[in-house]
Amino acid sequence: MAKVTFREDRCKGCGHCIAVCPVKIIEFDEKLNLKGYHPAIVKEENMGKCLGCASCARMCPDLVITVEK
Amino acid sequence: MAVVFEPTKGLLDVPTHYCPGCTHGIIHRLVAESLEELGVIDKTIGVAPVGCSVLAYNYFACDMHEAAHGRAPAVATGIKRSLPDSVVFTYQGDGDLAAIGTAEIVHAAARGEKITTIFVNNCIYGMTGGQMAPTTLPGQVTETSPYGRDVKLQGHPIRVSEMLSTLDGAVYVERVSVDSVANVLKAKKAIKKAFELQIEGKGFTFVEVLSICPTNWGLSPRESIKWLQDNMIPYYPLGVKKDITQQEVK
Amino acid sequence: MAEKVLMKGNEAIGEAAIQAGCQCFFGYPITPQTEVAAYMSRRMPKIGRVFLQAESEVAAINMVYGAAGSGVRVMTSSSSPGVSLKQEGISYIAGAELPCVIINIVRGGPGLGGIQPAQSDYFQATKGGGHGDYRLVVYAPSSVQEMVDLIQDAFDVADIYRNPVMVMGDGMLGQMMEPVEFKEREAKQLPSKADWAATGLHGRKEHHVINSLFLQPEELEKHNEKLQKKYAEIEKNEVKYEMYNCDGDLDIVLVSYGTVSRICKNVIKMLAKEGLKVGLIRPITLWPFPKKAFEEVVDRTKYGFLSVELSCGQMVEDIELSVKGRKPVNFFGRSGGMVPSPTEIANKVKEIAGGAR
Ligand SMILES: Cc1ncc(C[n+]2csc(CCOP(=O)(O)OP(=O)(O)O)c2C)c(N)n1
Ligand code: SF4
Repeated sequence: MAKVTFREDRCKGCGHCIAVCPVKIIEFDEKLNLKGYHPAIVKEENMGKCLGCASCARMCPDLVITVEK
Repeated sequence: MAVVFEPTKGLLDVPTHYCPGCTHGIIHRLVAESLEELGVIDKTIGVAPVGCSVLAYNYFACDMHEAAHGRAPAVATGIKRSLPDSVVFTYQGDGDLAAIGTAEIVHAAARGEKITTIFVNNCIYGMTGGQMAPTTLPGQVTETSPYGRDVKLQGHPIRVSEMLSTLDGAVYVERVSVDSVANVLKAKKAIKKAFELQIEGKGFTFVEVLSICPTNWGLSPRESIKWLQDNMIPYYPLGVKKDITQQEVK
Repeated sequence: MAEKVLMKGNEAIGEAAIQAGCQCFFGYPITPQTEVAAYMSRRMPKIGRVFLQAESEVAAINMVYGAAGSGVRVMTSSSSPGVSLKQEGISYIAGAELPCVIINIVRGGPGLGGIQPAQSDYFQATKGGGHGDYRLVVYAPSSVQEMVDLIQDAFDVADIYRNPVMVMGDGMLGQMMEPVEFKEREAKQLPSKADWAATGLHGRKEHHVINSLFLQPEELEKHNEKLQKKYAEIEKNEVKYEMYNCDGDLDIVLVSYGTVSRICKNVIKMLAKEGLKVGLIRPITLWPFPKKAFEEVVDRTKYGFLSVELSCGQMVEDIELSVKGRKPVNFFGRSGGMVPSPTEIANKVKEIAGGAR
């Protein structure tokens, strides 16, 4: 069981995390955040697939992501 | 559940001004994590350059000093000589370090100043809107090399790590990249080692980090990563250029 | 009382700084001030302090910037072409409000100029030099003893106002040997640097940032207003000048600083024998300029003022601004390393006085 949390309002929607996630569970939200970007999110139904590898967090330039396992 | 990854205390909890996908943010984090893990945030003074990372002083949790364009190594020298027990780093772009500040970086390295320089090479002047840098690749189009850099007219790019590794005062020189998770981990190791060697008083340490500038390259963040991999890494080979703690030098 | 020692001006500069607690010196060789660096290179390591020969004056002043931001007393020294290169750093240091002392042993310019004594950096020192709305306190000693005293004052004034201070001498002052006494100075109550210096947090909560960048126009304007207030305070408190032979009714008042003022004093004695009553205003601070000295004599001075310089009239404008058109302001100077003879100056005075006898 692992859990990834996004501080969505910090996200600039660059997509680095989406590209490196080995199980491809990260996607852009349809909604815009306060900065006006489509932030990266993991839908509740996909969270169970998270490996807790923190690849996404390591590629994030904006300290958006926290990973627990 | 245990925390696998959380924001480092080496950075203040504020959003940065960097463009979406710009890897300055990753490099900031690696520096800050290294300082945190080594337990030296409390005695570190960072020197910010002039360039996109000019506002780095708003992000690092340690004391900071904002230098004039290119002069960070001289400012860092003044700091380290005044406070020899402190940990001092400069964070500089390629225009800052390899054009206007060439003399300062070469001589800081030659003197073996006990400082660490993080050199962010993105092949372009980011802050001023994408002009040719000393590291701009042959053929690369920028605002001031609109027909592509012609080495016959505009000279050749400088491989700064290779150049500095010839200086006896430099004890550790490595070129890394932040284009993939594996390379980010390697970059972190290099940056941390550079600080460790500084703390041990060994001499000048230098980590060149290949970085992207999606905005001025005119590419998306992901296209930029690919451009770095396809164009920059072949010209600027990754790896240790010098390490006095391991006599084998590449 | 400390005893007097015979010392070359440039070496006395070094010793004065050491006695004032200068922890770091960053320099670069240039005639005619190289002996300052040489002296510091001998003395500083022996007492556990820092001497470093930088790769250029640009680097040297930026090292000063770093050390000053770390909260230590720091000095650099150069001569005219080198001081031109330091202007970038001086502007940053002024902008970031850091204390430091800069020595300029002036030689003739423009360009590479010459290596003989001059005062042709007056504009550069007093009117900016670097970019932006900033001011330097500029001391202009006329003897080795005064230079030693002013250097020690300079460190205090720099600390009090968090501002760079320049001590400007001509090449003569650097090269001449004179007896000097390093006076015991009473410890001054100076403001603590703990609330701004970037020394490493060491448990402190807020990080300190040494900086001169204010991207928001409102913020930069506020910063500039703060600086201007400080400069007004300096103008109020730190003006220094000497008035020589300025009592009673005067024919002419000479205005001159540095070693030339010593020649002027001889001229005054010479002319007294010829029945001319000539006074001297000697600015000791070139900025802030001693405007009030002129108030004291302007109404009692028949033929006005004569600026005597080793430059081409750079001080004239400041004198005119002080005299405000009430009396004529004349000029006599030599440049390029040429020094006026007393007779030359005397002849100019007589010419202005128009044969008045
Ligand atoms: C003395 C001086 N010259 C020029 C500039 C304008 N300037 C600001 S940033 C910059 C280029 C920075 O490029 P680089 O160091 O590559 O960093 P990046 O912005 O790409 O991170 C320039 C030329 C300046 N601030 N000061
Ligand atoms: S301009 Fe380039 S280097 Fe600067 S923040 Fe944007 S992407 Fe990064």
